[in-house]
Amino acid sequence: MIAYNKAKEEAEALRQLQVLELVTTKSTNVPYFKDKLKEHNISSLKPVGLDVFQVNVGKMCNQTCRHCHVNAGPDRQEIMTKETMQLCLNAIQKFNIPIVDLTGGAPELNPHFRWFVKACHALGKRIIVRCNLTILLEADEHNDLPDFFAENGVEVVSSLPFYDATRTDKVRGKGVFETSIKALKMLNARGYGKPDSGLLLDLVYNPAGAFLPASQTMLETEFKEHLWSEHGIVFNKLFALTNLPVSRFLNYLVNTDNYVSYMEELVNAFNPLAAENVMCRNMISVSWDGYLFDCDFNQMLNMKVAADERNHVANFDLDYLLKREVKVSQHCYGCTAGAGSSCGGEIVLL
Amino acid sequence: MAKDYYKPEDLKKFGTIGNYQKPLADKFFAWYGEVFKEGALTEKEKDLIALAVAHVVQCPYCIDAYTTNCVKNGYSEAQMMEAVHVGAAIKGGAVLAHSVQMMNKNEEISF
Ligand code: SF4
Ligand code: SF4
Repeated sequence: MIAYNKAKEEAEALRQLQVLELVTTKSTNVPYFKDKLKEHNISSLKPVGLDVFQVNVGKMCNQTCRHCHVNAGPDRQEIMTKETMQLCLNAIQKFNIPIVDLTGGAPELNPHFRWFVKACHALGKRIIVRCNLTILLEADEHNDLPDFFAENGVEVVSSLPFYDATRTDKVRGKGVFETSIKALKMLNARGYGKPDSGLLLDLVYNPAGAFLPASQTMLETEFKEHLWSEHGIVFNKLFALTNLPVSRFLNYLVNTDNYVSYMEELVNAFNPLAAENVMCRNMISVSWDGYLFDCDFNQMLNMKVAADERNHVANFDLDYLLKREVKVSQHCYGCTAGAGSSCGGEIVLL
Repeated sequence: MAKDYYKPEDLKKFGTIGNYQKPLADKFFAWYGEVFKEGALTEKEKDLIALAVAHVVQCPYCIDAYTTNCVKNGYSEAQMMEAVHVGAAIKGGAVLAHSVQMMNKNEEISF
């Protein structure tokens, strides 16, 4: 176990922000994200509402994917406590926020995960769990997760980098594709992804390297064809996500000398329509220790929504949050490239 | 004289060929754009053809560009390599097919 070291984590977030700032000096083709917005007459990103309450319940994960922006892994100790979860429930209930989106790490590894999901279900919320699939087979205690998800009306959103083992395993580790296929079959057997079952199973594609995703529609068609013909697997929708230059993926870009050209590619593909519809305008993201952020990426960069106590879920102030200005940096280009990218995939139809 | 004949950053300058002859460059880029749009073939199919041709004409810029496109569009490593083999086979075949001309000439000038 690696002991949690707050100062070290904060220093690392600051270092990443500096790397993001620095790119503007390394290429004349990468202006500050804020300036790019202004070029398109967008003075700042302001919320349009608050429908999604995303909770990162901890950084512990059974995998260590190469693109992971959370830098998650089996050694991470940052796990949300039941008390913080209760504070989340209070805010969700008090302000009647309709969607609860659970992420991590592997959210299922939080010891209070099931308690929290049940509580959200009791409040009648739409619940999304970002499940990495392999967790279902990680230990016997997780094998009944498909039943648990179904009983609580959970929508399962699962990452699968590709429909073959070569690319998937390159991103997520050896043998992950095979285990993911087994897990998908378990979910299908419980009705997930089947037409008319009412149980939603969506997949997330993200590029296995320093390139942008192809069209979501094309990828969805191919994923559906391959997973069905080669494995008899069905799912509902595929979301194509862009890898954002944060954490492990940022380090990969820098170490492989792909950083500047990747950023240039993101800037080249800047789409003002996607910029106007970025997901942070309708969500709030809560970290394992209860701090509030515009999104999970800003969380990793320690860009809290406020400098005062309103930056914690214990002091959830909806009025303030709805009037805030979203904190941006160069990583935001990942959300505005091409058709855009959000936790729900492409943002605009091209 | 330049130290290197090929520089990756020169690909970005491709558009500047119009500085010396704009009407022809404009026509070329418009035509190029049309060629790669979905038609009887999909954009994805055209990317794989372009990858094979890029190898045959040995253009490092096109190899970089169409490798990226092919990876992005979900071609497997094996598919991309097979496409290059197709290009190589056609090129190799074309060389060998010309040997018929060599044989013809040989017959013509020899006792
Ligand atoms: S990407 Fe998801 S599954 Fe992979 S290490 Fe990060 S949290 Fe775990
Ligand atoms: S990275 Fe976060 S803050 Fe930036 S545009 Fe995307 S969602 Fe918004």
